[in-house]
Amino acid sequence: MADLPLDNKLLQEYAHGFVTPVEEELVPPGLNEDIVRTISRKKGEPDWLLEFRLKALRAWQRKTEPHWAAVDYPPIDYQSIRYYAAPRRLSAGEGMDPEILRTFERLGIPLHEQQRLQGVAIDAVFDSVSVATTHQKILEEHGIIFCSFSEAVRRVPELVRQYLGSVVPPGDNFFAALNSAVFSDGSFCYVPPGVRCPLELSTYFRINAAGIGQFERTLVIADRDSYVSYLEGCTAPIRDENQLHAAVVELVALEGATIKYSTVQNWYPGDEQGRGGIYNFVTKRGECRGARSRISWTQVEVGSAITWKYPSCVLRGDDSVGEFYSVAFTNKRMQADTGTKMIHIGRRTRSTIVSKGISAGESRNTYRSLVKFLPGADYARNHSQCDSLLVGNRCTANTFPVIESENPTAILEHEATTSRISEEQLFYLQSRGLDPEAARSLIVNGFCREVFQQLPMEFAVEAVKLLEIKMEGSIG
Amino acid sequence: MNIAPLLEIEQLHAGVAGKEILRGLDLQIYPGEIHALMGPNGSGKSTLSNVLMGHPAYEVTHGTIRFLGRNLLELPPEERARAGLFLAFQYPVAIPGVTVARFMKAAVEAVRGREQVRAAALLHEMRETARWLEMEESFLNRAINEGFSGGEKKRMEIFQMLLLRPRLIVLDETDSGLDVDALKIVARGVHRALGPDTGVLLITHYERILNHIPPHKVHILLEGRIVKSGGPELVAEIERRGYDWLRESAAATS
Ligand SMILES: Nc1ncnc2c1ncn2[C@@H]1O[C@H](COP(=O)(O)OP(=O)(O)OP(=O)(O)O)[C@@H](O)[C@H]1O
Ligand SMILES: [Mg+2]
Repeated sequence: MADLPLDNKLLQEYAHGFVTPVEEELVPPGLNEDIVRTISRKKGEPDWLLEFRLKALRAWQRKTEPHWAAVDYPPIDYQSIRYYAAPRRLSAGEGMDPEILRTFERLGIPLHEQQRLQGVAIDAVFDSVSVATTHQKILEEHGIIFCSFSEAVRRVPELVRQYLGSVVPPGDNFFAALNSAVFSDGSFCYVPPGVRCPLELSTYFRINAAGIGQFERTLVIADRDSYVSYLEGCTAPIRDENQLHAAVVELVALEGATIKYSTVQNWYPGDEQGRGGIYNFVTKRGECRGARSRISWTQVEVGSAITWKYPSCVLRGDDSVGEFYSVAFTNKRMQADTGTKMIHIGRRTRSTIVSKGISAGESRNTYRSLVKFLPGADYARNHSQCDSLLVGNRCTANTFPVIESENPTAILEHEATTSRISEEQLFYLQSRGLDPEAARSLIVNGFCREVFQQLPMEFAVEAVKLLEIKMEGSIG
Repeated sequence: MNIAPLLEIEQLHAGVAGKEILRGLDLQIYPGEIHALMGPNGSGKSTLSNVLMGHPAYEVTHGTIRFLGRNLLELPPEERARAGLFLAFQYPVAIPGVTVARFMKAAVEAVRGREQVRAAALLHEMRETARWLEMEESFLNRAINEGFSGGEKKRMEIFQMLLLRPRLIVLDETDSGLDVDALKIVARGVHRALGPDTGVLLITHYERILNHIPPHKVHILLEGRIVKSGGPELVAEIERRGYDWLRESAAATS
């Protein structure tokens, strides 16, 4: 497969850092009730959704930005950010700007129906709005709804209303509240009972405009005994300023359903001095609402100046399963504070955590998790494995695993390791002809293997390549 | 009779962690020759192989090493490998998560040149080589040396040697810890790698491998120097008498 999303064989340095010259419609900077009403009006939303936003705005105004994560950044001026930007032609109903098509093509994501990707349906989000969703016909034949969030509000308002905010309530946390007030677009997916989605579903997020934040919302609902695999990818131009990305992803798995959600996050990470880069403050949570349901998060985080992200599972249904597989690579001055929460509510619920943190340069890489067994979680189990690999001496790695058990029958296993690439391993590979850079890259990829194996095949190949590129020049 | 030596070591002094281990070692290996190197524990045999391969912890303080006419000491380990030097390690390390197939693809591409390698043909070659060494094909999908038994690790070194097609092979006690059948397979592997242009430096403690791979010359390393060289008859003498009788003559000459 030559044309893949996230195809990244272009350059050693950040290869997606270009800006698309496109006329955008912007709202003035700042956040208040007027802005929220403006966004809602531009999108022609029903009253209940405006109410949802206003409630979230009020919750946000009462909250303060959380600072418990091990990340440092100058104060964010929320009143200087623009909360909405949309390509003008699109909002004027004139079809898609050819520049945008070209942008996605350059990123390896053709949106033309003729050249679209085999086996992957894509929803492409450009700044605040979804610009195209491919493979509609096949999906419709199976009764699957996969479209932009705005379209879902028009097409299936009752489904959106039923599930929106049911996993991540509007006032859940500071960033989730912010998102709930101003989210502009995102993807929506509903898979009907008993249907196994025949395609990989994928959303590709692109931040283009300067001075804007991206606040997208993803909602995936897998009805009884259905299956869906979902992949999300992200890039942004190189800019000296920091840009805020505060997304919310909600997953709902009903009885017997399975959702696999994979992310390859390659937002612009900033330069050597730590100038610029995306602040990635994301709330992702899935609820295994029905018995025997399963939610599996796989994330490969290789970008962003700051990552604050804890994809979690609420295991409500009996015998439900939650999984979290993560690779977090930090380099230069990047800071990542990431991990997961597994909340065991139902009986015999099981969860698995595999986290691989790699720190290079002067970066900071923190793993943070909460595994909680509630009183009803009889015979629940968790297995956690959390490994850190240090590349060089100026980086740091920390792990903060927290366990709370209110049920004596619950079983928990936790393993953790911290290691460096050993001189003997490097020498062994060099003695077989590999130069030190290729040798390190191979060792790091080997370290991540368990996680990459969870990704759909083509994306695993891309993840390996991406990490190789990221490893280049990481030894200072 | 104007053949150039493959390997030419002159007055080599080298050490590790501030301690001198090799103290004036001389050795020449010509194409087509098999040299055995014997010596008591701690005499410096692995030090020599590490110095040859360019291990960063080992320091050469004096002397020269020429390989195929080039100054070997100027080259980083990967270029030594690309030039045709291969070391079968006494203690091969594990690389978690890196499969044998993946590792060998990278290694073969690095040594033969990326343009020379077609993925499908290489995979076929790997399978064939594994079968020939009586290894399960599933080894190709296992992480390199991870959880391998001692004997499996040694066989894996021979597997790599066959794929990399070196000019000079250094076997550091590849025969140690092998059962009778495995020993035969390893010896078979070495024979397959041999050619008129290839040389072997076979480091061992035991006569039995030398019955399978008869050496042209045998050297005894003692306290960092080759104190005696001779033909295969020297091996039987070591088996009979040990090394002590050589110690005295070594002491007398220094
Ligand atoms: N990395 C090291 N640090 C300190 N000392 C070392 C190191 N490597 C080797 N030595 C020492 O150098 C000496 C020679 O060791 P070497 O491994 O070369 O011996 P050898 O002849 O291969 O022995 P054996 O037959 O047991 O394999 C020993 O005294 C050993 O302890
Ligand atoms: Mg030794």
